[in-house]
Amino acid sequence: MLPPLLHRIWVRLVEHLDGPLLLLTASIMATGLATVYSATYDASNRLLAQAVNMAVGFCAMWLVAQLPPQKLMGFGVPLYVLGVILLICVFFFGVKVNGARRWLSLGFTRIQPSEVLKIAVPLMLAWYFHKHEAMLRFRHYFFACLLLLVPFALIAKQPDLGTAILVGAAGFYVIFLAGLPWQVIFGLFAAAAAAAPFVWTMLHDYQRKRILTLIDPASDPLGAGYHIIQSTIAIGSGGTFGKGWLEGTQTHLEFIPERHTDFIFAVFSEERGLLGNSILVLLYFLLIVRGLMIAANASTLFARVMAGSVTLSLFTYVFVNMGMVSGILPVVGVPLPFMSYGGTALVTLSVGIGILMSIQTHRMLVRK
Amino acid sequence: MLAGQLPLNATDRELSRFRFRIALAGVAVFAAFVVLIVRFVHLQVLQHAYYTTRAEDNRISLVPIVPNRGVIVDRNGTVLAHNYSAFTLEITPSKVADLEATIEGLGKVIEVLPKDRKRFRRLLEESKNFESLPIRTRLSEEEVARFAANRYLFPGVEVKARLFRQYPLGPIAAHAIGYINRINKRDLEIIEENEQAANYKGTDHIGKTGLEQKYEYQLHGQTGYEQVEIDAGGRAIRSLSRTAPVQGNNLTLTLDIKLQEMAEKAFGDRRGALVAIEPASGGILALVSTPSFDPNLFVDGIRSDDWDLLNNSPDKPMLNRALNGAYPPGSTFKPFMALAALETGKRTPGQTISDPGFFNFGGHQFRDDKKGGHGSVDMYKSIVHSCDTYYYMLANDMGIDSIARFMGQLGFGQRTEVDIEGESEGVLPSPEWKKRRFKRPEQQKWFAGETISIGIGQGYNAYTPIQLAQATATIANNGVMFRPHLVKYITDSRSGEQTMIEPEPLRILPWKRQNVETIKKAMIGVNTAGTAARAFAGASYVSAGKTGTAQVFSLKGAEYRASSVKKELRDHALFIAFAPADQPKIALAVLVENGGFGAQSAAPIARMVFDYYLLGKLPKGAAREDDVEED
Repeated sequence: MLPPLLHRIWVRLVEHLDGPLLLLTASIMATGLATVYSATYDASNRLLAQAVNMAVGFCAMWLVAQLPPQKLMGFGVPLYVLGVILLICVFFFGVKVNGARRWLSLGFTRIQPSEVLKIAVPLMLAWYFHKHEAMLRFRHYFFACLLLLVPFALIAKQPDLGTAILVGAAGFYVIFLAGLPWQVIFGLFAAAAAAAPFVWTMLHDYQRKRILTLIDPASDPLGAGYHIIQSTIAIGSGGTFGKGWLEGTQTHLEFIPERHTDFIFAVFSEERGLLGNSILVLLYFLLIVRGLMIAANASTLFARVMAGSVTLSLFTYVFVNMGMVSGILPVVGVPLPFMSYGGTALVTLSVGIGILMSIQTHRMLVRK
Repeated sequence: MLAGQLPLNATDRELSRFRFRIALAGVAVFAAFVVLIVRFVHLQVLQHAYYTTRAEDNRISLVPIVPNRGVIVDRNGTVLAHNYSAFTLEITPSKVADLEATIEGLGKVIEVLPKDRKRFRRLLEESKNFESLPIRTRLSEEEVARFAANRYLFPGVEVKARLFRQYPLGPIAAHAIGYINRINKRDLEIIEENEQAANYKGTDHIGKTGLEQKYEYQLHGQTGYEQVEIDAGGRAIRSLSRTAPVQGNNLTLTLDIKLQEMAEKAFGDRRGALVAIEPASGGILALVSTPSFDPNLFVDGIRSDDWDLLNNSPDKPMLNRALNGAYPPGSTFKPFMALAALETGKRTPGQTISDPGFFNFGGHQFRDDKKGGHGSVDMYKSIVHSCDTYYYMLANDMGIDSIARFMGQLGFGQRTEVDIEGESEGVLPSPEWKKRRFKRPEQQKWFAGETISIGIGQGYNAYTPIQLAQATATIANNGVMFRPHLVKYITDSRSGEQTMIEPEPLRILPWKRQNVETIKKAMIGVNTAGTAARAFAGASYVSAGKTGTAQVFSLKGAEYRASSVKKELRDHALFIAFAPADQPKIALAVLVENGGFGAQSAAPIARMVFDYYLLGKLPKGAAREDDVEED
């Protein structure tokens, strides 16, 4: 038995954590850490840096989990307004790197405001729907779409297709879960199909190239198709059981580009094979099922749509990333959650898990 | 009641609609993951064999195309270093399962000598990964055909057409041109430091000495790339794209290779050095160090027996005596001492001393070469007849600091920064030098007696032949000093643009013109009526010179007789000169190791070089090596 004081501290530490979410996230992170090591140990080892990122992620997760959903809701408007203002600043004063204007220089450091909106947009929209609960009319959905469209357009314009898709998806999930009528959904799809040729002409050259090479990667084997060809070779050559940890030839002969970031799944897949892939997909699936359960049982509209949006966003990350690495979706800059190297995405995703934990644990407190 | 129920019903409706949509999303997620799993099964099970083959065999690889190395030509366009194409048989060790068996098998198809195996072993130890290494070079057409017929037996072995460096003139000017050799680990570090690693992918050779080393990055060129598809045997299936390499830049030297060849021949089998400079530019006309070596031996890894022969020879052919040999200048130091005396006001040209044949200082007798002395000696006579006593006294009067300051300005005891790496500094003696050189305090003190022999170019004095030549050229050029250099201009291989090297003087020494003229007049006297008169008898041009002898072996007061001393202990012969005296086109320093008196063996070489350079002919009436006045 723990002494009473320690016991109280322990209870305080864990009372707002959700066991299944924590266990699943930690398992995926551990897998990610091992894979980051394999991808980088023979060049510049990122193991320690990624471990630090994960520690920061856990702290963010714990902190967010402590805040009750009502308080989280209060962040919606200010975060959204701040995010959009920063995006406008990026539009005018952003730092251009590799032809894209995504960063804002603060003198001592650079920030990427679009990351904030991955959380701010669903918070804002969930707050908006919560405010008008039970009185939702068509105009509310219309206004919500406008709220979503502004940051989406600003991010797509940078251009950062990957982040734009993630922000757009997060916002769309909120609107969808809040009850967007089916007629509108089908109408939108029809409109999108009709608009596709126009969108095509508006896309950047490199974005068009990515879509074209998806259809036929062999058409540009050394340019845009190179990533897809090399990563599918890595996955395919991994076979059922994989080549073994640290044994991937595609990885270690440096055939896989971005192998510790966006293409880390190719490394994992080459070394762990179909068996490893299935286990990893199962872990993500369980994580998502848990998130959807939390959403279904949440007590307020805000909590419901927020939990649903965060969970489905997580799914979007996983599906888009695995889809692009295995060659069934175009190459867009989307990391694999809790696997890819990099602190920013890790913290954002951890905050998302924290929100889910907050919604789950504070609901139980209300019931007690 | 009704009013309260309505919103509740609406909320309930919203909740059930939400749960339906969540369930729908769950189904969609499941379906999406099933799609992913199906894709993985497709790639990893159904197409596994195909992708395994692609991963192992069918790689797209970037094959570097090594640029042609720049050509080196002399001032008249004679080729000194160029490239030729030949076939080599190469093994890529990483693609060969059993190296021993492969070499054994190859030996049955093509002759592979033990020395080839030995060289291959050494290359293997030094090699980078994934590199192909030559087991045989210079295959004949027949050998290429024989291997081609059997190549299926030898995966990982291939015939490659490669460019080889060739030095068509062999040992002539080898010390100046240098040579290339295979890149070793140390070279790789230097390449990486210079951020040239990308440009050296595929390059096997690098300049190791001489101009080949100094101008490496000019000569190398820009590596091109070819993207090719490679199959399991390492064979290129097809080329996808190609970026052409850019040939290295060409060097045009100040060297006159015919003069160089003539000068080298003039040394015969004697060891020594000669540096001839164009005074008005600092361009080196000839840079001789004998004996020389054949740089062609090094090009593809020197065989160990050749290396042993070069390395263990007592004549040290690998030593560049012109830059790395430091010798006491002997009496060739006297014109510089005399100029120092005039410039510092310690002597006037007409001032005379009386030479009894020795100079006493601190209880020690410094002897003159001529028994009984030269009698009454002024500055002119002191140079023409090389009077030691005059310079013992002068050194004593000037003091070591004053001498060191003047000689330092002339470049003595400093690297000339000639465009060849690894030049020696030599020794310009001074109290400061002694402090640096010695550790024990009692050795660090400068003694006034040590200054005396400095005056005649002995003592701690030790200079490289190139320093001596630079100083001579500076006198010839009335104090306008140039950095000696071998490259006249670099020709850009793309634009054809020529970059001239060093058109500006290094520094201008503010000497009084009449003082320089006094020295020049005395040096003309040396070649007409003095120690080198015989060597220059009958010359149709006016030349200026000074002979010198550097002691190798201290006789401790006993009389020196060349015939009674072993050859390795005989004195070094030196000679400095320039011509024509009024408008010098060439200035030089000659050193013959163990050559005895300067007038005897060094001056005749200078005469031959001048005759050839100024008149275009070999001298008929060159002096014989006997019966000359001692300097």
